[in-house]
Amino acid sequence: METYADLVAAEDVLLFVNAAITSTAQREFRSDAHEQRMSLDFLHEYVRVNYRELYAATLALDINDHNAARIIQRLLVTAGEADPGQKRAEGRLIAARLAVLPPQRVYRIFAELRRAKVNNRRTRAIVRDWLAGRRDPAFDAVKYRAGLKTAVRHAHLPVADELGDFLFAPRARTRYTHALLETRRRARYEQGALYELPYTVAEGFAARHGIPRAVFLERIAPRMTRLEQLRLQESARTHKAAVDTDLTRMPLTRLASYVLSLDLDVRAGRRAELTGALRAAARRIAGPYAGTWGRVAAVLDDSFSAYGSGQKRRRPLAVALACHFLLAELAGSYVPLWTSGRADALLVHPYGHTPLGMRILDALDHAPERLVIVSDGWDNAPPGLAGEVLRVWRTRLDPQRRTHVVHLNPVYDADSFDVRRLAPSVPTAGVRDAGDLPALVELAQFAEGRTGLAELRAYLDEKVKIFTGNAT
Amino acid sequence: MTELDFTGLVTKPSQVWGGIRLVPLVRETPIEDLRLRRELFRDALLAVEAGDGTTYSSYIPHGMVADWARDGSWRAAYGTQLCDSYDDLYDDHDMPLESVPMHRLVQRAGSQRVRFLPLHLALDGYLALHFGGPSVLWDEWSKRALRRGLSPRAERAYAGSEIPELADALRVFEIHPGQCGMLLYAADALAAAFVVPHPDDYRALHATLLTDLYGELVYQHAYYGAGVPEFTARIEDTAEIGSLADLRAAARAQERAWAREHDTVMASGLLDERYAFQELRRMGRYRLTRFLPPFERQREQHIGEAICDLKGRVAYLKTIRLSEAQVRRGHLLVQLARHDWNLEDTAAALGATPVELVRRIRSAGFDGLLKRQVVESAQRGRWDG
Repeated sequence: METYADLVAAEDVLLFVNAAITSTAQREFRSDAHEQRMSLDFLHEYVRVNYRELYAATLALDINDHNAARIIQRLLVTAGEADPGQKRAEGRLIAARLAVLPPQRVYRIFAELRRAKVNNRRTRAIVRDWLAGRRDPAFDAVKYRAGLKTAVRHAHLPVADELGDFLFAPRARTRYTHALLETRRRARYEQGALYELPYTVAEGFAARHGIPRAVFLERIAPRMTRLEQLRLQESARTHKAAVDTDLTRMPLTRLASYVLSLDLDVRAGRRAELTGALRAAARRIAGPYAGTWGRVAAVLDDSFSAYGSGQKRRRPLAVALACHFLLAELAGSYVPLWTSGRADALLVHPYGHTPLGMRILDALDHAPERLVIVSDGWDNAPPGLAGEVLRVWRTRLDPQRRTHVVHLNPVYDADSFDVRRLAPSVPTAGVRDAGDLPALVELAQFAEGRTGLAELRAYLDEKVKIFTGNAT
Repeated sequence: MTELDFTGLVTKPSQVWGGIRLVPLVRETPIEDLRLRRELFRDALLAVEAGDGTTYSSYIPHGMVADWARDGSWRAAYGTQLCDSYDDLYDDHDMPLESVPMHRLVQRAGSQRVRFLPLHLALDGYLALHFGGPSVLWDEWSKRALRRGLSPRAERAYAGSEIPELADALRVFEIHPGQCGMLLYAADALAAAFVVPHPDDYRALHATLLTDLYGELVYQHAYYGAGVPEFTARIEDTAEIGSLADLRAAARAQERAWAREHDTVMASGLLDERYAFQELRRMGRYRLTRFLPPFERQREQHIGEAICDLKGRVAYLKTIRLSEAQVRRGHLLVQLARHDWNLEDTAAALGATPVELVRRIRSAGFDGLLKRQVVESAQRGRWDG
């Protein structure tokens, strides 16, 4: 028999998972960065104190990197509160998560730990193990010089002679035997050498040598990472430099963000290329599940609030656009309904009000097996209609639950410590990356409030097992 | 014409932010032959002649430029080109015009263009109400009243940026497609109405609501009032709903119910009032007017300016809500003027004694118009007329 406390616990943890997926403590359309950070910090503290094991276990879910970093840091700072068993489990989770985080994030965590004066044996071991797993320490020394320096200094790690000199006594040697270190040294004096360095490092040298931006971009292009190439597409275009990239290889949500950053005319002109790339990215995610979801209808929010904020520019709309392409692959037959009434997904832009209720009715007209709603939950024309429509429809017209409804919300609502819900009867899950959509639809089942703590624990345990098993 | 005619404007569901409620007004068919633009004055102090030798000085962030088409076709200002639509004329419709010094509140600028100062037309109308002072010099009125009238006449207003939460409310407001106007409520009291001819104009002018001036009531309501509730839709969960079509009909009914409720209850103070219109300029088939309310106390009273077509339908509208004290001042001046500034007659009409009337004139800030001994004896409770 589930106790009341168990239900509350399950609800709290789901609340936290939603927040950890969506919020990055950055400005959103309706709240500023400060409100987001306050709200998120409170949730972290609350869940860590009350449900430490579950708090650590969320590292195994698809939460965003910002929150993963915050969790790892908080776990290490308060290590004294954990018993040995918990510590072991946490250690495995932290190591697995660090392995998948981008290195710059990891170095930032280490720097934060140094600032917080956390330097116990366990922390040092974590730093040591993570650094030992890096492919080429010299590459890190060049690209993340300050980060690596702080990390080895903080964890009291020995570094090999040449690398040690490079980090701590750069003037001690006139040449290095390691090719990359030597290139980094030469780049100071020689323009040609800097094109063999990583893009972020080379950029500084280019400015120092006064190299024209167009020349620099064109020559450094092969050294850029995939996302750097995507990010610099438009910058290169304005400088008339050729930075070639294969859009079909890009992650779906990033690609959607890129498409939305283009002018409408440009999008229309490059329609075949962009649509092809988005479809390819979606097909890659859908994999074996392509075409298995049956009749799907989607209500996608492209109202003005989908603009997000100056910091998260068009993020909610990018998520909706990515979901659109992914659902098109997953579904057998698919009906997209944008709130603005537009039919051409490639040309969406944040505009107008949010008549979510009416669009849900339009979607239900198609008698779908699954109805997916991607919206920030601010239904304003008229307010609350979406919730009413879904409630009455469930009680009166579809009590047998023939249609499966799920609401995915890309925006964390700082005031309610959760993503905004449409109706109590509709499961709502936070969404950050359209790629997680299948997993989120699964997770959203818990949010219906019927499933208790035991099942949630089992689900998390399973996830943790897969996550730590894969990584170690 | 005594009422504001909102024909053609449809009320859409409101959007709430804290204590501010914004109600969008949508035109089914936008007005194409009258368009508005904004011109920035930056930080210039503006002094224009009011027409009777007096000067109207103020800081005004922007003025309005109204263009109208003759026979439905747009002509460029200097005869350089002919084109069918206004937007061809100005590619950068959102960009404000460069300012030109103004010498009048309404000023002609070419054969089909008028420039005017928004809200200041309305405000000037209110400030200049019986500005000349007593028309008959009864014994009680001072020499100053005869010589200078009500001058200097001052009222207080607040900039939109000073009103709490208004900036955020306007920022997060989602403009409806086809939206041509907005009613602004603070703590659910109608604060201002704003209507333009065309949705593109509205888009360009939405942000100017923040730089507009508002009455003190609005500021107080927004400052002290708590958040207002949203009027959420409710659908009865009854057996009558047997199909999706029924559900859709119920949802539509909710939209209509809100529009009806809003127009008859929330906006009735603006829409059902009878106004005195004063025509300022003819513009093709449009008239630029300003209007004053009847100054009824204990009632919502708005002053404003409007551009109406020949049938009286509103193409452009901007209003300011008066506070109770401002309504009382207007009421007093209107009553005095109606009785030729005779204190005893006016007092009788108001159902009060002359002593009480003098006290009211004093508390309204007009005691400088009366002779000093009249005011002093009234304070001692004696009528010295």
